[in-house]
Amino acid sequence: MRPLTLRRLFFQCLILVLILFVVAVVAIKFGAVPVSLYALGRDVLRYLLGQTSQISTEYGFILWNIRLPRILLAIIVGASLAVAGTSFQALLRNPLADPYVLGVSSGASVGAILALIATPYLSLSPALSALLTPMGAFLGAAATISAVYFLGRREGQIDSTTLLLAGVITASFLSAIITFLMSTITSSNTRGMAFWLLGNLSTSYQKSVYWFLGIGFFVAAGAIYTTATDLNLLLAGEKEAMHLGVDVPRVRLVVYIAASFLTGLAVSVSGAIAYVGLIVPHVMRLIFGSDHRTLLPTTALGGAIAVVFADTLARTVVAPTELAVGAVTAVVGAPLFIYLLRRGTS
Amino acid sequence: MSSSALARNAGEPARSNSDARLSVEQVSYAYSANPSQAPLFTLEATSFQAKPGEIVAILGPNASGKSTLLKLISGALAPLSGRILLNGFVIHSLTPRTRAQRIAVVQQESRLLFPAQAWEFVLQGRHAHSRTLRFESDDDVIIAKNALAQVGAADLSDRWMDQISGGEKQRVILARALAQQPLLLLLDEPTLHLDIAAQVDLLHSLRRLAAENRYTVVVVTHELNLAAEYADQVVLMQRGRCLRVGPPAAIYQRELLEQVFQTPLTVALGSSGRPHVTVLSGT
Repeated sequence: MRPLTLRRLFFQCLILVLILFVVAVVAIKFGAVPVSLYALGRDVLRYLLGQTSQISTEYGFILWNIRLPRILLAIIVGASLAVAGTSFQALLRNPLADPYVLGVSSGASVGAILALIATPYLSLSPALSALLTPMGAFLGAAATISAVYFLGRREGQIDSTTLLLAGVITASFLSAIITFLMSTITSSNTRGMAFWLLGNLSTSYQKSVYWFLGIGFFVAAGAIYTTATDLNLLLAGEKEAMHLGVDVPRVRLVVYIAASFLTGLAVSVSGAIAYVGLIVPHVMRLIFGSDHRTLLPTTALGGAIAVVFADTLARTVVAPTELAVGAVTAVVGAPLFIYLLRRGTS
Repeated sequence: MSSSALARNAGEPARSNSDARLSVEQVSYAYSANPSQAPLFTLEATSFQAKPGEIVAILGPNASGKSTLLKLISGALAPLSGRILLNGFVIHSLTPRTRAQRIAVVQQESRLLFPAQAWEFVLQGRHAHSRTLRFESDDDVIIAKNALAQVGAADLSDRWMDQISGGEKQRVILARALAQQPLLLLLDEPTLHLDIAAQVDLLHSLRRLAAENRYTVVVVTHELNLAAEYADQVVLMQRGRCLRVGPPAAIYQRELLEQVFQTPLTVALGSSGRPHVTVLSGT
């Protein structure tokens, strides 16, 4: 018997933080313009010593204004999607649930696009209109998960296969709407179709957006973490969880809202990156077990690592052009999905 | 904590009836898929009482309302009329957390989505006793270990739940219920997937545990003879009605059981002084 302790949790997270750091350094180094590790270390040191004037302007610009924000974005998006995936898997009792597979990402995309289209017509302050996109994405995500939840029920019970089918159908329907919206509306502000359908981390945002994303992530993921032990019990079914003392309706509400918010957050800045919420929780479960007190923080870090890594690949594999990061995650995720599906049915 | 204190107050009419722990008073229930239609299933006014250390068997054929009665006692369903008291508190008005501190439910089977080891599973029973985000204390671990030992499953502690036999699994599930340190232990057809040796073993453990820990045990079962052997009281149900309540010797009458179970049978007094039923086949 080896129950979880804070100490063990801390060390598990520490290892992942170190890996994330290494992956981030690699991500900064590689790209269209090569940066040597020596120059990188020197510049970081200079930055820390306050000698910013000595940093070569070209490097400095690429590092601080292009690559670092992109890595930050990848970290937040990866962590958000992975935590959302873990939450959906526990709540729906379905190991294949993932924001992308369930159509929640597509719903968030539609919400975000509608918000972007509406923004010019509303006379809002710039700060408020910047928030409109993530809010639209959140509402789109929340509406989609509610729809899929009800479509996925049979005789009052969530049916695993029906749920997945409902998700897939909803996703393809929403993709059609995205395609329609993007083809009919010619606004320079709505980014590209590939952005929303496949995901892309190349857009850079104002500083305030990163703050909003970071704080939003910690609030929503924190809310989910308060239900970590409840989620452990929910894996055995809602009735059983109730008998063990879980306030099921409350947990369900908190986690659905928070997970939809995380999905909306990620999708509003990066589009629909596929399968991160599926691959990462499964890998982390294999390594650390299925206790959500460990699983939630480790999947957050694992998601960050995975997306930073996938984005580095996306930037470098066919350089100087770029792949969509969602294409990279899908290449890994889709076969895994099929493997899990076949294992589940046999 | 504060919510459980509130629930305690909300439990009101604390009419402590002699030494009964569980008191089911004129409880009825109706189930219908559509409120405008006639109910598909009803449970008519049912009453019985149970003391600490007592085993009550709810007995009856399929669709007699056994499981519904158990769900009402567990607080999962709210009765249409009547009330169910546990130590004077109305059960279904307690919060899930408070209920889980006092009532443990062992269901027919427990399906896990992701593999877990037996000790992890048993520690789940401590959920209602620990605060949000608290890691299991040494006390919780000791209680879980004791629970496993009490059901004779100490050696299963590090085994994976999907790699043990049905009987072993049922014992681990029972250990989780014991880890809840309940007043009331409810079991829904616990012997359903077990072979005869495991059935006897389980009920024997229940008998011992009820006596040692002063649990009140309510068990739903088909097994006439196991109920006769181990129950202090039998609640005999048929088509949503509670026909009789009493000790097995008073309930096990040939005509009554033949009428309820729709099959010819004989009732004899066994060596233990408890009735024994033999079903006559081929007639």
